[in-house]
Amino acid sequence: MERIPILRMGGFLLVTIQVDMHDRLVTTLQDELTTMIAQTGAHGVLIDISSLDMVDSFIGRMIGDIAGMSRVLDAETVVVGMRPAVAITLVELGLSLAGVRTALDVEKGMGLLRAATRRRLAEADDGGVER
Amino acid sequence: MVVSKDEIMEIRASDHVVLVRQAVRKWSTELGFGLVDQTKIITAASELARNTLDYGGGGTVRLEAVESGGRRGLRLIFEDQGPGIVDLEKALTDGYTTGKGMGMGLSGSKRLVNEFDIVSRVGEGTRVTITRWK
Ligand SMILES: Nc1ncnc2c1ncn2[C@@H]1O[C@H](COP(=O)(O)OP(=O)(O)OP(=O)(O)O)[C@@H](O)[C@H]1O
Ligand SMILES: [Mg+2]
Repeated sequence: MERIPILRMGGFLLVTIQVDMHDRLVTTLQDELTTMIAQTGAHGVLIDISSLDMVDSFIGRMIGDIAGMSRVLDAETVVVGMRPAVAITLVELGLSLAGVRTALDVEKGMGLLRAATRRRLAEADDGGVER
Repeated sequence: MVVSKDEIMEIRASDHVVLVRQAVRKWSTELGFGLVDQTKIITAASELARNTLDYGGGGTVRLEAVESGGRRGLRLIFEDQGPGIVDLEKALTDGYTTGKGMGMGLSGSKRLVNEFDIVSRVGEGTRVTITRWK
């Protein structure tokens, strides 16, 4: 069966979306990703969409759902590699991808997640009290 | 308006939505559309093809390379014989959905093209026509 690989990178998970997603594939990916977040205790998920030449409401919803599910499992989602033409179109379409952070590439996305992890650890040292 | 080339494609399965996107990519490239314009019409086509499939029970899209007053453009006509839309004004509102979508398909694709026309009759079907000029 066709599936989207989920790679472990440092303490994070990397999903590279390369194909035209159809409904079955989206459901499978979401199931596998939640299982893997729970198993690995990963605090961050990177979704690489650099090979997508468009993002419509279907893909937008998939990204939003993944971010929502990850948040429940205490992991942050960063979307990386969105092409400029895709970003422009997304705004005009009216999709906000609320609650999802974006970064230029995987490396910068990792940077965002590492910074978030450091903040999380610092807060834990303070007994969970927010500064 | 002169139609210099046309083709009809079926939209009966989720794979067909992918094929429609690929065809629109090819046609808009051939018409000399810039990358952003290409992306806009492909995204609009994806939204409308999915609506045709999900709500219209399947249908067709007609691709037309058009020319008018020295301008070239791409016109897409999505047609289905599904249930039709009871309240068009509502359906064209951001965020309105009767399914599990985000309700951005119709209103959003309208913003992505130069011309947008929708005709829907309850019990007969829906036809959406969009045009993007170069
Ligand atoms: N071809 C169609 N036939 C019948 N009803 C339709 C058709 N296209 C759209 N509709 C109706 O219009 C509503 C709005 O469509 P729109 O594409 O804006 O949102 P959506 O498909 O529900 O969600 P999204 O596109 O964001 O995933 C749909 O929920 C549906 O009720
Ligand atoms: Mg829709």
